[in-house]
Amino acid sequence: MSDIILETKGLTKHYGGVHALEDADFQLKRGEHIAIMGDNGAGKSTFVRQITGVEQRTRGDVIFDGVPVNFAGPLDAREAGIETVFQTLALADDLNVPDNLFLGREKTKFDWLGPFRLLDYKSMREDTMAGLVKTGVKIPNIKNTIANMSGGQRQCVAIARTATFASKLTIMDEPTAALGVQETAQVENIVRTLKDQGESLILVSHNMRQVFDLVDRIIVFRRGRIVANLNVEDTDGNDVVSYITGAKTGAEYEGAA
Amino acid sequence: MSDQSDGTGGLTFDKSKKNWPNELNVFGAFVLIIVIFEVLGAIYMQQSLLFDTRDRFDSIFNEARLRIIIIQVAIIGIIAIGVTQVIITAGIDLSSGSVVGATAMVAMSFAQVAEVNGGPNPKAIFGEWALDLPVLVPVVVGLTVGLLAGTVNGILVAFARIPPFIATLGMMLFARGVAQWWSLGNPVSFPTEGYAKIGAGMMPVVIFLSLALLFHFIMNYTVYGKHTYAIGSNEAAARMSGINVPRHLMLVYMIAGMLAGLAAVILTSKNLTAQSGMGLSYELEAIAMAVIGGVSLFGGRGSIIGTVIGALIIGVITSGFTFLRLGAFYQEMVLGCIIVGAVALDQYQQKRSAARA
Repeated sequence: MSDIILETKGLTKHYGGVHALEDADFQLKRGEHIAIMGDNGAGKSTFVRQITGVEQRTRGDVIFDGVPVNFAGPLDAREAGIETVFQTLALADDLNVPDNLFLGREKTKFDWLGPFRLLDYKSMREDTMAGLVKTGVKIPNIKNTIANMSGGQRQCVAIARTATFASKLTIMDEPTAALGVQETAQVENIVRTLKDQGESLILVSHNMRQVFDLVDRIIVFRRGRIVANLNVEDTDGNDVVSYITGAKTGAEYEGAA
Repeated sequence: MSDQSDGTGGLTFDKSKKNWPNELNVFGAFVLIIVIFEVLGAIYMQQSLLFDTRDRFDSIFNEARLRIIIIQVAIIGIIAIGVTQVIITAGIDLSSGSVVGATAMVAMSFAQVAEVNGGPNPKAIFGEWALDLPVLVPVVVGLTVGLLAGTVNGILVAFARIPPFIATLGMMLFARGVAQWWSLGNPVSFPTEGYAKIGAGMMPVVIFLSLALLFHFIMNYTVYGKHTYAIGSNEAAARMSGINVPRHLMLVYMIAGMLAGLAAVILTSKNLTAQSGMGLSYELEAIAMAVIGGVSLFGGRGSIIGTVIGALIIGVITSGFTFLRLGAFYQEMVLGCIIVGAVALDQYQQKRSAARA
């Protein structure tokens, strides 16, 4: 097994004439937590969407867990072991916690019944509990629908998916953008728990403090290109900001931006 | 969130945040409406609506009236079961009434007897070959016509991405046209004995309640049901979770179409004739049943049980007005108010429970 969980080579995405992502070369080690930063429209979310199969890339390679992959959709990526917490929470408000965790990959009985195969509620509930305990997520009642939960609880449910399905890589797209202070703290705690458990993580965030608190390495995007690859120990906030704004460009990326 | 997480895990259960099932509210409204009619009945008619107050009989309920209440909503109730599923996906089906009309004409054409009073059937649509067929033939034909209409609805909504309102509005006009074209406006009558048994007596009620039970189970305990709620709740999330949304929507509209077809078979069997105007405004009554029963037109919320209670509410109101000897026009006015009131109440409760969370 290679030490690298995810690698992209020359990953490019054009929306018509808009070059949203150009030649992104990127590596993520097993168990490493990295942050992706950059201004709005810098290509962060585009990058995430190419890896997770939400969109199809224009060109380039994605190598996940040692094998080149071509995900046809987010479910493919999920089955391969990439869990994504999307910016717009992909939760169904009128369903409860286990239903949401297992949406699209329900545990079932009597599979010969096709679309009318039975749901194995008990087993899904048990797995949900295990996943919640593992991530340290506290939810008043897992049988409650998402509509009755606070923003923080919703985010926690979205993140708990990761722990419920032994995934190899978790991607979080702005997980705390809409949360209050306490809720943000709770989500950050979950991220730390994942770190202790050796989960690989890509965190897309605008929050400088959070990034420095949580990750090992920072990748900066600007105008569709990766312009810096910084170890958290060797850099500081001002440094990162100058990369984000374009005042500075990493030595190895000279001429790229 | 009062209990700050320290990352050590664990769950807390707060009973006060438990969901109050919406069906209980609907059932409460049902009981309230019965009480109102009982009170009005006692004051103005010196009689009870549902209970037996006559000395001659020793039964508790006025069984004849109970039977009428449920029979008159059973057939539209069958349609409402399908419509409920469509509305839960945040769609709408305006075509079911017209599909009943079209299916009634087509199915009945295959259910006719050869001889009426010793002479050849005066209303025969086809030649000899289509007369005195086994009962299975018209039933299968009826279900197929309904299924076909549902399939077209499904294709338009799921694959052509035409808004459900427009797609099914088109089908509503089209199917009504088919119903009139089929026999150039003439009624189709004289079904075989076997066919006449399908909708005789309490059969519509038995079929309605069995289907309600079956679909209650399907909506709550199968992947189909879960995905139906998921799509209505958040279609983007459903797609992101890997649910094949178009295929599922297709299936939902097909089931709704087939149930409308079945309703047509039962209706023609009960009435012993098919007319092109059959099922007129059934789609609206079916939608009313679902809405009164707590099915949200925004999708994601509602249940078959709710719709069944909604159907019973409409049945009680219709019967109650007749019982109070009030004209049918008052009935429709009150029904209109109740539909709007049900939705307004639901909205208010949603807002309150959202504020509580």
